[in-house]
Amino acid sequence: MNEFNEPLITAWQLVAGGDARLADIVLLSLRVSVAATLIACVAGMPIGALLAVGRFPGRRALIVLFNGLMGLPPVVVGLLVYLLLSRAGPLGQFGLLFSPIAMVIAQAVLVTPIVAALTRQVIADEWTEYREQLRSLGASRTRAAATLLWDGRFSLSTSALAGFGRAIAEVGAVMIVGGNIDGVTRVMTTTIALETSKGDLPLALALGFILITVVLVINAVAFALRGWAEKHWG
Amino acid sequence: MSAAWLAIEGLSLTEGGTCIIDDVSLRLAAKRTVVLGPNGAGKSTLLRLIHGLLHPSTGSLRWPQPLTQAMVFQRPIMLRTTVLANVVYGLKLKGYAAAECERRGRQALARVGLEALEQRPARLLSGGEQQRVALARAWALEPELLILDEPTASLDPASSREVERIIKAIADSGARILMTTHNLGQAHRLAEEIVFIDNARIAEQALVAEFFSKPRTAAAQDFLREETP
Amino acid sequence: MTSRRLFCTAIAAMGLLVATASRAEERFITVASTTSTEQSGLFKHLLPAFVKASGIQVRVVALGTGQALDMARRGDADVVFVHDKAAEEKFVAEGYGVKRQEVMYNDFIVVGPTSDPARAAGKDILEGLRRIESAKAPFVSRGDKSGTHAAERRYWKAAGVDLDKARGPWYRDTGSGMGPALNTASSMNAYILADRGTWLSFKNRGGLGIVVEGDTKLFNQYGVILVNPAKHPHVKQADGQKFIDWIVSAAGQQAIAEYKIGGEQLFFPNAKR
Repeated sequence: MNEFNEPLITAWQLVAGGDARLADIVLLSLRVSVAATLIACVAGMPIGALLAVGRFPGRRALIVLFNGLMGLPPVVVGLLVYLLLSRAGPLGQFGLLFSPIAMVIAQAVLVTPIVAALTRQVIADEWTEYREQLRSLGASRTRAAATLLWDGRFSLSTSALAGFGRAIAEVGAVMIVGGNIDGVTRVMTTTIALETSKGDLPLALALGFILITVVLVINAVAFALRGWAEKHWG
Repeated sequence: MSAAWLAIEGLSLTEGGTCIIDDVSLRLAAKRTVVLGPNGAGKSTLLRLIHGLLHPSTGSLRWPQPLTQAMVFQRPIMLRTTVLANVVYGLKLKGYAAAECERRGRQALARVGLEALEQRPARLLSGGEQQRVALARAWALEPELLILDEPTASLDPASSREVERIIKAIADSGARILMTTHNLGQAHRLAEEIVFIDNARIAEQALVAEFFSKPRTAAAQDFLREETP
Repeated sequence: MTSRRLFCTAIAAMGLLVATASRAEERFITVASTTSTEQSGLFKHLLPAFVKASGIQVRVVALGTGQALDMARRGDADVVFVHDKAAEEKFVAEGYGVKRQEVMYNDFIVVGPTSDPARAAGKDILEGLRRIESAKAPFVSRGDKSGTHAAERRYWKAAGVDLDKARGPWYRDTGSGMGPALNTASSMNAYILADRGTWLSFKNRGGLGIVVEGDTKLFNQYGVILVNPAKHPHVKQADGQKFIDWIVSAAGQQAIAEYKIGGEQLFFPNAKR
């Protein structure tokens, strides 16, 4: 049990003391993952909605594809984005490798299928409920998709939070495309990996607790949101 | 009887081996038509075929003059937004400007007596109130044909009567009414003509007084005997 | 409608916050170096002095020597700073690097259980390795194309041990950086070749201690190379060269010498002027 007491005290001291380095790392993690999740939502939600209400050849195949892509290993995404952004790669001229932007790109690639697949599920359920009425009122499929995206905003917020949770907790993608550069691309997860490998377990555990807290808070917010929405909008 | 506003010829719908609508031919000319029949006879399906929500396997619908339509379902379907926003949704789809949408929407809400609730979240209203909002939504579109699928089946008697009043008002404002119901008293109150469906087929079509006092077919007689309390 | 407007505004505000908070365009070079160098803490000590003198930020990507050189071959770095003379000279010969300059050296040590079951302790690396092999005592290797790994393989060869023949469950090839490999050795109570720098900063020692040190063969030479702009035109030639010039200059060399852990100097500057 002593193994856990020391890092708990260290963690508390770091957080309470407002350690600047710690704050930078946490803020960078949040910035990268929030940006990536926003992009994933902008890209993934319309795709998910159209997959749910649309009718076109290949639709089922696409649904299976996105469901499968939810399980994309982060390291694989990291490797693919690395090859894309490397100077030797097709997008090398932009010099994006080893920057926060590269990390945002990698996490966006990782999270978009998740948001798309979850959105599809939410909108498909909504479509079952609303389909006849919306068609009766004259809504085209694209118009209906847009209407349902707004109508399902609370469930979709939960989907977005799920995507965010996945982004902020992954280490494989950001490690490879970010390079874990001190002060530039070091986030919570990569710092935990680094400190653990240096044998500095108390610091790693401290960051780990903070990360777990972030994830728990996300889930609590999602839960509260569902309750509030049900009560206020039905 | 005025000229037919819809001529149905040889309409059939088969799904997965089951015949849901079987060779239905019908002339609809009355201003207020009520479709009656036992459960599973095909009433709701017929309405959806006429509205265009379903496509027939064979047969045709001939509209001498195409009519603008609106439909109200047994369960009112409300979006997670305000009452007014729900009512104007159809108007928005038609392309009216925002101010015009609101004006027409408020007018429709006033006609169903719910103008005070316009900013409430629609899904938090009672079942009866929601159905009135659905009617307002349909009415705001000024349809030439209003189709209703058992509109009061989930409502208490007081709300049912209020809904009937609104349906009459819509009919009085010029729309044709086509509806189904299990409530014979309601059918008697609202209909000019009854269409009786039994087992996927049209069994009988008659003016309302005739149908209830002198049903011609055995199926209709059985039906009336069982349904009358 | 107001709630929708509020929602969109909130999203837009978040997006703006994220975008504007990104670092403004700053002047920097990318240096590919090794995990052992990074983990020794040298860069944390060294770089602020350079930044102050030049105004150029240094972004260090720490990988194994082999990976660092590969990264530079792809053009993803401006300067390499590694410790494997043979690989570095090959890098320059292939045309990827402009010129190799020596910067500093540190030394390797063999770390192992303080009980020393293989009786490997002493000043002779080759003899120590022979004893570990004949005792089949657990030995952890980095196995990751790093400078340390390359050195380890050279020592085994020089000691007359054919690793392919002698390999067995006692030889644990982990494919990992210095820190993780030390963690593994610590939990297995195994012997391992490590650089002194990483060992001095390593906090999870378990039952391990220094077993072999001081053999001149254990000296580990560092070289710095500018990535060839002829092969990769985008390389920051001027700024990269400034870094190299500084690190071999009196100022840089002194900064290296001043770096200590627990009062002990880790790196010994030996740039030729």
